[in-house]
Amino acid sequence: MTGHRVTRSDRQSTAGLAVSAVLLVVLFLLPWWDSDGSLRVPLVAILYYLALAQMWNLLAGFAGLVSIGQQMFVGIGVYTLLSFAEDFGVDPYLSVLLAGLVAAILSLPVAAFAFRLRGGYFAIGTWVIAEVFRLIALESDFLGGANVRTLTRESLGGYSLDTRNTVTYLMALGLAAGATAIVVLVLRSRLGLALRSIRDNQEGARGLGVSVGRAKLAVWVISAFWTGMTGAVILLHNPSTRAESAFSVLRWTALVVFIAIIGGVGSTTGPIVGVAIYWFVREFLEDAEEWRFIILGLIAAAMAIMAPRGVYGLLQKRWPVQFFPVRRRLVGPGVGGPAPGGPAQPVADAGHPPV
Amino acid sequence: MEWLNAIVQGIMLGGLFALFATGLSLAFGVMRFVNLAHGDLAILGAFVAVSVTSALGLNPFVSLVIVVPVMLATGYALQLGAFNFTISADPLPSILVTFGLGIVIQNVLLETYSADSRGLDVGSIEIESIRITDAIAIGWIPLITLIVAVAVLGALQLMLSRTPLGRAFRAVSDDPPTARLMGINDRNLYAVAMGIAFATVAVAGVFLGIRQSFGPLDGPAQLLYAFEAVVIGGLGSVWGTLVGGLLLGVAHTVGGQFEVAYGYGSGPLVGHLVFLVVLATKPSGLLGRRAE
Amino acid sequence: MTLLEVRGLDAGYGDFQALFGIDVTVTEGETLAMIGANGAGKTTFLRVLAGQVPTRAGSIVFDGTDIAGVKAHRRVGLGIALVPEGRMLFGSLTVRENLIIGAHAGRPGRWDLEAVLDVFPLIRPLLERPSHVLSGGEQQAVAIGRALMSNPRLILLDEVSLGLAPVVVKSLYQALPALSEGGATVLLVEQDIGQALEVASRLVCLLEGRVSLEGKPAEVPRSDITAAYFGLPAGSGSEASS
Repeated sequence: MTGHRVTRSDRQSTAGLAVSAVLLVVLFLLPWWDSDGSLRVPLVAILYYLALAQMWNLLAGFAGLVSIGQQMFVGIGVYTLLSFAEDFGVDPYLSVLLAGLVAAILSLPVAAFAFRLRGGYFAIGTWVIAEVFRLIALESDFLGGANVRTLTRESLGGYSLDTRNTVTYLMALGLAAGATAIVVLVLRSRLGLALRSIRDNQEGARGLGVSVGRAKLAVWVISAFWTGMTGAVILLHNPSTRAESAFSVLRWTALVVFIAIIGGVGSTTGPIVGVAIYWFVREFLEDAEEWRFIILGLIAAAMAIMAPRGVYGLLQKRWPVQFFPVRRRLVGPGVGGPAPGGPAQPVADAGHPPV
Repeated sequence: MEWLNAIVQGIMLGGLFALFATGLSLAFGVMRFVNLAHGDLAILGAFVAVSVTSALGLNPFVSLVIVVPVMLATGYALQLGAFNFTISADPLPSILVTFGLGIVIQNVLLETYSADSRGLDVGSIEIESIRITDAIAIGWIPLITLIVAVAVLGALQLMLSRTPLGRAFRAVSDDPPTARLMGINDRNLYAVAMGIAFATVAVAGVFLGIRQSFGPLDGPAQLLYAFEAVVIGGLGSVWGTLVGGLLLGVAHTVGGQFEVAYGYGSGPLVGHLVFLVVLATKPSGLLGRRAE
Repeated sequence: MTLLEVRGLDAGYGDFQALFGIDVTVTEGETLAMIGANGAGKTTFLRVLAGQVPTRAGSIVFDGTDIAGVKAHRRVGLGIALVPEGRMLFGSLTVRENLIIGAHAGRPGRWDLEAVLDVFPLIRPLLERPSHVLSGGEQQAVAIGRALMSNPRLILLDEVSLGLAPVVVKSLYQALPALSEGGATVLLVEQDIGQALEVASRLVCLLEGRVSLEGKPAEVPRSDITAAYFGLPAGSGSEASS
């Protein structure tokens, strides 16, 4: 072998992939030995939060779309599942897919409005539009208005409780793993290249023929689709809802943002770290939701100022290991692998530029 | 006649929205800073007024003498101690810090004051009004709110156009590095601007509390209304902010005329839709100088 | 008397180092011209003096104190004013406001609005106009006037002639003696060597971030200046310039 080639893998990231694969298999097989569901049921929330955090990370960390309106796609997912399964008798699990599709379709007109705004005003704009959806749900007879709506046993079909728990768990696992995979795949695709050039220099990217609007829109729709499906799974997990909770900015955006920020926005591993920290705070530190918001909110605000790449960024500074192979590096004779003990030289880094 | 009354009441409500929007507009104009905790700070101001009035037995109007300086100092300190570190070409840090702050304020208020609704009692003036016709009467409180809003915006406009401080604000807004060459300490100026923004939002919060009952989680709605007023009026235009607030107020009261399911008025929904229509058809706002 | 003494100055932007060990001394009352090709580091040098670019190594002693760590907005108060490249007037301020804001630091001295208008009478009828409607020459006059309003002891002029018609440049340069008479020491950066040498009492030439020549215009042969400007071996300058 004499030529140079561009690669994304090295021993570390191969090991990272192996570890994730093993973890995934263990989580996948969990239902077969966790027979009473005592592990599975609490894990579902962690998993769907990971899916939501990855999708927000994709928007804010890679496409510069800092959305504070993610609750709209969760809510759309929730109400789509309710309508299809409850009102039209569609199979609830098929309806999860439909929930994603409806969210993706609705994300297009949303983008037509929100994409006229930039930065902080984009953030508030998405929040306004999420409010519009919440108010429509609240004021619509068909969707149930201000009443609590429940996914009844009849519409859940003939599935037994145990089967339902297992399927919900596996779906949440699929959404979490899939969200992470989507971020990795998007970053490795042409779209990821376009996003990176936009982030580095929006005008320059435009000059090079990168369609800034189209790249951002693609990410927006992908994120809406996955967030909508996640919303539907959230309803499967917790079958009673009302407009206030389905479209809750606190639960479906604030907490998600905190998780992503604390873990590390702009990297694929950061949200995983963030969700682990969230789980720790929830299990061991604080029961009251208010205090959880106060603790996580303060940490997130402090991190945004002092460590914008999150806990994962801090860890990486100490131990420069990359878990998912998204960076491209030149390897070949004379270039060699990473210097022993030193970090690999990235040709293009998936994370934020170091600060 | 009902509709005419709705429009008149909407203009009065619009005064409150304009008052909320003032600080947001100023912070964005001077330093391109978007404070997502803006609405929560207004509610915080209202709760501080609750504590001050009950502890000292003051009229809520008089409590402004304490609430406004407290909030002004808080804004100044927060900008110097935290927000200034987030000012960069990347909007992410400032969004995250202010969003996080807003959520923290909401939950601290929940823990401190419980989720109960509160109100600020200013006495009999609350129910007194000026009768224009049989069907139209203007309440004193909404009228005072509108007058205060016009006064605050007018004072802001005068300050920006006529005083050395306003000149420095405009210079920094144009070009911070060159402003520094003039001896302007831009970071300190940002803190002054944020102090003023907090002072105006505290006034807005207290007037909100006098006008209607409020709870710890009411901040985000106020942020959204303020933001809509700013965008409808046009970024960078002080009088545009007033026009935006008034239009939004009318949208709310006229929208509230539509009875929808379960007796909910659709004022806020109509308000949001008016904002979206303006955003789609005139993104630079009605009186705006440039799109952002 | 030495007003400014720069020793071993390194500076740059990010990974790029623009200045390497610069030594320059400025005496009170003189007009020092800094010349050099595009990218030689002249503008960076002025921006370091004004505090817009941080010092990486070396010292900047102004009037007896090291100001290398002093923030930009404090240096105006000490008496250093920069007329930046590209004029950089405040677009949303009127001409009058642009001039008045120059006095923001509040240093006492002989320069006020009237004194500036006496030196640049062309500004007088434009006072109430927004600055962005002015021509390039008018903007440059306002930018110099704005710097004078701070009553500087050292005024740094960056590429006064850039993008202006020769006749406009000439009239601006005619105003420079008034600056010196008003008590300011002038350090000007120019690509137009001829123009600079006419007014300068001393010159410094930069080449790729280093001082390549220093002397009095009358005493340095033109061929040496050309050699120092283009980085040619000494003595070969006459061939290059012919």
